[in-house]
Amino acid sequence: MTELANSGIGAPLPREGARRLAEGRGRYVDDITLPGLLHIAFVRAPFAHGRLLGIETDDALEVPGVVAVIDGRRLAEICAPFDTNPPGVPGHASAPQPPLVVDESCFQGEAVAAVVAESRAAAEDGAELVFLDWDELPAVCSIEDAQAEDAAPVHTRFSDNLSLRHRFGAEDVSEAFHGAAHVVEADFSFGRQTGVTLEPRGIVAHWDPRTEELEVWQSHQVPWQMREVYARQLGLSPQSVRVTAPDVGGAFGLKLHAYADELAAVAVSRLLGRPVKYIVDRLESFTADAHAREARASCRMAVDAEGHILGIDAVVDAGFGAYAMHPRGSFGEAMQAAQMIGAPYRVGAFRAEVRGWRQNKAPSGAYRGVGQPIACAITEEMIDLASRAADIDPAEMRRINYRRTLDEGTRATQAGLVVEELSLDACLDKLLEAMDYTALRSEQAALRAKGIYRGIGLASFVELTGVGAGLYGPLGLTVAANEACRLTLQPDGSLTCATSVTDQGQGTLSAIAQLIAGEFGIAPEGVRMVAGDTGRTPYGGGAWASRGMALGGEAAKRACARLRDGLLELAAGILQCEPEALRFEQGEIIGPKGASGLDLAELAALCHYRPYDSPTGQVPPMTVEESFVPAALPYIASNGVHAVHLEVDPELGTVDLLGYWVVDDCGTVVNPLLVDEQLRGGIVQGIGAALYEECLYSEDGQFTNGTLADYVVPMAGEMPDIFVEHVSTPTRATGLGARGVGEAGTVGGLGAVRTALGDALVPTGARVSQQPFTPGRVLAAIMAAEDAE
Amino acid sequence: MKSPDFSYVRATSLDEALAMLADSEDAVILAGGQSLVAALNLRLQAPELVIDINHIPGLDRIELAEGKLRIGPLVRHAQLMASAEAARALPLIAQALPHVAHPAIRNRGTTCGSLAYGDPAAEMPACAVALDATLVLASRDGTREVPARDFYDGLYETRRAPHEMLIEARFPAAPEGARAMFAELAVRRGDFASLGLAGQLHLDAGAIAAFDLVAFASEPAPHLLTGVAELALGQRPDARLAADLAQAVAEAVDPLESPLATPAMRRRQYRALAERCLRDAMELADA
Repeated sequence: MTELANSGIGAPLPREGARRLAEGRGRYVDDITLPGLLHIAFVRAPFAHGRLLGIETDDALEVPGVVAVIDGRRLAEICAPFDTNPPGVPGHASAPQPPLVVDESCFQGEAVAAVVAESRAAAEDGAELVFLDWDELPAVCSIEDAQAEDAAPVHTRFSDNLSLRHRFGAEDVSEAFHGAAHVVEADFSFGRQTGVTLEPRGIVAHWDPRTEELEVWQSHQVPWQMREVYARQLGLSPQSVRVTAPDVGGAFGLKLHAYADELAAVAVSRLLGRPVKYIVDRLESFTADAHAREARASCRMAVDAEGHILGIDAVVDAGFGAYAMHPRGSFGEAMQAAQMIGAPYRVGAFRAEVRGWRQNKAPSGAYRGVGQPIACAITEEMIDLASRAADIDPAEMRRINYRRTLDEGTRATQAGLVVEELSLDACLDKLLEAMDYTALRSEQAALRAKGIYRGIGLASFVELTGVGAGLYGPLGLTVAANEACRLTLQPDGSLTCATSVTDQGQGTLSAIAQLIAGEFGIAPEGVRMVAGDTGRTPYGGGAWASRGMALGGEAAKRACARLRDGLLELAAGILQCEPEALRFEQGEIIGPKGASGLDLAELAALCHYRPYDSPTGQVPPMTVEESFVPAALPYIASNGVHAVHLEVDPELGTVDLLGYWVVDDCGTVVNPLLVDEQLRGGIVQGIGAALYEECLYSEDGQFTNGTLADYVVPMAGEMPDIFVEHVSTPTRATGLGARGVGEAGTVGGLGAVRTALGDALVPTGARVSQQPFTPGRVLAAIMAAEDAE
Repeated sequence: MKSPDFSYVRATSLDEALAMLADSEDAVILAGGQSLVAALNLRLQAPELVIDINHIPGLDRIELAEGKLRIGPLVRHAQLMASAEAARALPLIAQALPHVAHPAIRNRGTTCGSLAYGDPAAEMPACAVALDATLVLASRDGTREVPARDFYDGLYETRRAPHEMLIEARFPAAPEGARAMFAELAVRRGDFASLGLAGQLHLDAGAIAAFDLVAFASEPAPHLLTGVAELALGQRPDARLAADLAQAVAEAVDPLESPLATPAMRRRQYRALAERCLRDAMELADA
């Protein structure tokens, strides 16, 4: 048993492959080169909104090394524009997005022309000499401007800028508010962010005119989706397209999408019949990667005298940018931001309206947590405001309102959420003990008397993880949402796992290898993982919505069971016993009388080389494939509680993080090292959202902070120690019992910093509604509160 | 992010570098390259010629003689930070250097490069103005000395002519018992400051005998707060004086309007930072 615990589920094994990446031996897209490779630099739209009148390319074509300059009209002949209007989302409206601007451009940085050259430097030299003739059109950038009655259209095919309107819950909740002991109300503003991956997006595309096959290497999360996207846009059979995601240096959702510039690179290769490479530079990353989170919201909450939540009424306005990201759209964040409000709590009456607005800014898309950080932040601050109004301790306020599981006989919450049993009480208990909540509260009171403003913030969350076909199918999105494992016993007794799950640095593949090794009692080195290649892996999703272990791990576990069952049956025949009496330990079969002398290598050799030695004359398949998607549930809910301790400097407006705690329930933990670091990494991105990160546009839609000196991401020096603890409630949806964990840190991080800041500022009477909470915004709020006195 | 084409010369002597600088209409000196290379790759700068001085011997000297600390043009921030002699002679520089970007940048970036570049948010120009350093500029035609207090005209604007190179920064060593004052406000450690104070005070017989304080980063160029110095001179340090001087700092600065903070907010931040670093310096003086 102890040996199993040291190598299988639950063992804190160091990540296989981490050394290779840390030593710089990774192989990323930009490391791939092919004979005759050409490089692309894009000429991008200088304005937020414009009509393209003409492109002058003569000077660019004279630059030594420049091979071609290709515009949107030329590509339109061979490549369809993205049409991103999922049939299952009524009223959703997004303009078609061509790979390169044909006549109307809708955000600064939209790709207009591809300069193709022998080197990237030559392509950039050429790009400087492409002259564009424009009519500048009026730009609409902020959500308020997009909403205005007389707003100019973001895209001239529409008369207004509303892209989506939806309501969750009841039409009218006024009764719940009528006569409530306390009603609290607040406005929220969430800054636009982007994922900032260490490795930027990049693609190598090779259309081979001889075989009429397209091979693509791309820094991406979902190669199978991309295979279908490229086939569809270029009118090819998916079977003639192979997409490989080699090592990927961070993705965070922004590499879940299909991008117009990457489609253009593929189309250019198709047009020229030569391999092309396009690597997004950092400035392009800022202006043309998917953005996220921009939203404004208002929320009201009614509670009774004992603090029970009687009603929630919320409106969320989300900034979608110029187009819906292909193929999944941009509505997911807005929808989850509204639907997940109040999710951890029993709520008397619920109504949340969501509206999505087009803007002349980069399209918004998925980013770790997708809307759930917004919902959590709104919910948790509302709980704090209500707890102050009702004079109840914020921890107690949460406890009395926690949802345990769905009530008997209900299929979903009023918001339409389907949640399994939750463990929020247990998480909160562990958390308060770990942080010594009572002592921190006394210290806070003592320091306040000396003018030192410390805040203690809590954030509970419920998160939808391992999202499957139950969600995407009804929306009409044709994306594979299952995860699959093809497990092969090699002749030497080692195992190969080809999985549809992809890994962008999380260590998921390492954890799946560990799980498989545990099933056979062998060392993880005995399992070779293959991933990120439609030519070599089974069909499935990839990486998003915290699915790697929850779904991919389950598929692997099922594949192990099938392979093992076949081998044990064979062994039982040889050993003349029942298969149930046999098990694997350290790769060897242990029978009723102990070690049997049969191990994986011996069985493999028998099956591959001497099948006639099988007592039945039959050998089990040496390759088995299992695919898993949650059938009974649309997703697997996880939950947890975060806490932050911080200090505000009321003269400088700065926020110092003093401590961070999280107790998370992701069910079965396969590798605690990886899980804890997923939480910490996610939390750091939540802190980034709370304190630092914001895509700043000028009023006329120019991106103003497109460098890493100006767009500030969290760095180690400012981060507090992050205490991580677990409650484990295995999901009943799978045999493995793992729930997702990749986004849990980000989902709660933002809310916990927000509530801690609000708590610290109580003596000043100030509230900061706009995020990130920069020193300027904190100080402005404090000074405004002083002026109001 | 590939720089446009330029010619590159690896100079082997100072004379050679200065001659090339004189002969080219559009040449830049490459020392640490921590600002220049980024600007080249962003195509914000497109010089004809880049003159690399990294292989010229003898330019990386730190020398203390006759009460002056001389810093050569290839002295890296990290090298200056590691010099015990420099730390003793220039306690303000020692206190400010850890705020100059991050270790990787300090390993390459040169102190003279930072002084010559004139980034308003940079710490070294503010220290040079506070400490009344002398900057030695050389060209093919000879050398001239410019007080740091006259050198900075505005945003990246200095008195250096295009054909001149900063070949030495000369700082007067701090008198015995001098106290450094340094504080800055940056979003993260090592970021460009949004505002900062750099200065030095000196007590004689319990009274302030010398006081030089510079505000930086919130204005186009380092701002020597002479009015505040006048209030400080001859006074005995105490909490009351620190508060009064901090208030005077807040009134004397002239912060640029920025989307991040109004001038009123900047003054409040200045007052708080000034009071804290004045108290620190004075408590040390009391001890």
